[in-house]
Amino acid sequence: MERDPTVCVIGEDVGHYGGSYKVTKGLATKFGDLRVLDTPIAENSFTGMGIGAAMTGLRPVIEGMNMGFLLLAFNQISNNCGMLHYTSGGQFTIPVVIRGPGGVGRQLGAEHSQRLESYFQSIPGLQLVACSTPYNAKGLMKAAIRSENPVVLFEHVLLYNLKEKIPDEEYVLCLEEAEMVRPGDQITILTYSRMRYHVMQAAKTLVNKGYDPEVIDIRSLKPFDLYTIGNSIKKTHRVLIVEECMRTGGIGASLRSAIIDNFWDYLDAEIMCLSSQDVPTPYAGTLEEWTVVQPAQIVSAVEQLCKKT
Amino acid sequence: MSAFSAIKILPTHSVASHHHRRRRLSSFPSTCAADLFCSPLAKPIFSSFASASGRSVRGISANVVSDEKQLGSASSVITREEALDLYEDMFLGRSFEDMCAQMYYRGKMFGFVHLYNGQEAVSTGFIRLLTARDSVVSTYRDHVHALSKGVPARAVMAELFGKATGCCRGQGGSMHMFSREHNLIGGFAFIGEGIPVATGAAFSSKYRREVLKEETCNDVTVAFFGDGTCNNGQFFECLNMAALWKLPIVFVVENNLWAIGMSHLRATSEPEIWKKGPPFGIPGVHVDGMDVLKVWGVAKEAIARARRGEGPTLVECETYRFRGHSLADPDELRKPDEKAHYSSRDPISALKKYVITHNLATKSELQTIEKKINEVVEDAVEFADSSPPPPRSQLLENVFADPKGFGIGPDGKYRCEDPGFTQGTAQV
Repeated sequence: MERDPTVCVIGEDVGHYGGSYKVTKGLATKFGDLRVLDTPIAENSFTGMGIGAAMTGLRPVIEGMNMGFLLLAFNQISNNCGMLHYTSGGQFTIPVVIRGPGGVGRQLGAEHSQRLESYFQSIPGLQLVACSTPYNAKGLMKAAIRSENPVVLFEHVLLYNLKEKIPDEEYVLCLEEAEMVRPGDQITILTYSRMRYHVMQAAKTLVNKGYDPEVIDIRSLKPFDLYTIGNSIKKTHRVLIVEECMRTGGIGASLRSAIIDNFWDYLDAEIMCLSSQDVPTPYAGTLEEWTVVQPAQIVSAVEQLCKKT
Repeated sequence: MSAFSAIKILPTHSVASHHHRRRRLSSFPSTCAADLFCSPLAKPIFSSFASASGRSVRGISANVVSDEKQLGSASSVITREEALDLYEDMFLGRSFEDMCAQMYYRGKMFGFVHLYNGQEAVSTGFIRLLTARDSVVSTYRDHVHALSKGVPARAVMAELFGKATGCCRGQGGSMHMFSREHNLIGGFAFIGEGIPVATGAAFSSKYRREVLKEETCNDVTVAFFGDGTCNNGQFFECLNMAALWKLPIVFVVENNLWAIGMSHLRATSEPEIWKKGPPFGIPGVHVDGMDVLKVWGVAKEAIARARRGEGPTLVECETYRFRGHSLADPDELRKPDEKAHYSSRDPISALKKYVITHNLATKSELQTIEKKINEVVEDAVEFADSSPPPPRSQLLENVFADPKGFGIGPDGKYRCEDPGFTQGTAQV
């Protein structure tokens, strides 16, 4: 925001309150109420307003207070954010970032525990990126703001308390690149967002058991970084996808199909995909835990895949 | 905001009520011409309705029907040049749309084509007052808004023909007209979705002035939409935000009484749309949308008000479409006498009469304009017809402003670097 005065923030409680998860804390004091605009509760309209502002020269960052609320802005995100550059014959660009806390939190109930990436992935003209660490959150956010394309940046409600020392100097990450989390030889585990931590927990167990998994945080949910993913598959010949997204029509389903299309000949085993159960996320802690993938499931999936030759 | 207090004590009119005295809401902002922002309605609209579903629909204001005010009474001074500009623009709109109907039936254009016939006074009355920098946001019925804003007839017709020379390279079509050069920022096909975008454009104007310190920026945005949209949440949400932040925007309702087959009165609990402004602190104005000079007069003040930084205005223009909702609409529900009533109030004939009786131009001068416009429209058709269709290489070009959005392929290169990408043959 210091670098570019056209960058502004639009959303519910982003200003004086500092954001529901304090992501924008202090920005209103520093940049003023117009650059950090507290909006009425009107997701469809303030998202559309951000798009109109982007078409006329601003670079708004639009926050869904909880990402689930952006379902109310689906029309604007799909028809206008995603398609308008095309329908206008390339005349108007929509350099917006749409971001917010999503995913399954801790007993937040079904509506506040959504994975919108499955809904948004078929919108043409939109890039989807999920951050998972303080380091990549900052680098991807900067890249998203500077991109001429509309970008949806997925944050996870349970990852805001992560701490990490990040560089003081400026860095910008590549929106389209996956991140190698743990190199290994035996199996490629593809994951993103919070599931990265479940995977790493499982990886610890797996290493102790003598396995050598390669873990990749795909980060870019659309488009997939097929180069990084492909290189890994060419090395390990086995793939496990671990996601918090829904099983039906989720990111994992799309990823599996992309792998089959591009790397079938390199596979020595079927692709396994561990996803959330197709149920509305239950409130009760026990039920919620059984809805999303747990580290133990990851361990046994790897064991099963690696047994096969 | 005491200026609006008088609004709140307005008695609730029943739709069918006939007993109304002229009520002046002279407490609207004093900066506004009293006649504009006082209730311009001598009597409520829809006065000839017995009930929502009973008699034939007559949505026109009672004052228009009964007083038979002379055309142009709302705008006392109009120069010859201005009047001829309005005439030319309205005639262009009509002539263009009539040609579209012909071309549609000849199989030159496809899909849903919504014509603007009958409503020209609204587009012309507002848009001809705008500067090139001002923005217009339209709906699916957008051809004529584009023309009024200065988009060449050739570019609009070629877009309708789906040609590469169209204003959106053939990628938008009838309901998605855009022109960056003319600040026509859409062409929004779904109901209500253009209003937030227009609000955003108005927000940009304010932001430029106050944050970017472009002190000369006083650009105004005009958002057009219909009566059906006024029952949609985005309308109310944006009235609220525009008033809250005093955005330089004019909300223009083209109330043509029908949302496809849904009569405005069957859909709307309070059919007087202009009244929905004051509860948000926005002046609401009702104007005869079949009278271009009245529209022009109201538009002048509403636009000036926005430009002065005094915030939004809601203008309800009572108008009528002379054709069905789209060219695919059998138009079975609107009664013949209702259609006849409005066609007798054709805004173009009315302006023609006014211009001649007020000696602003002669009949033959108007005929010269008509001839010129007919040639422009003929030329647009010839241009569109002889233009090439979009080449395959266009297919993938505008999906992303930065084509890196298509991502990295298995070979490690961005997909947009693939030779097949620029040829439009790559699988993405």
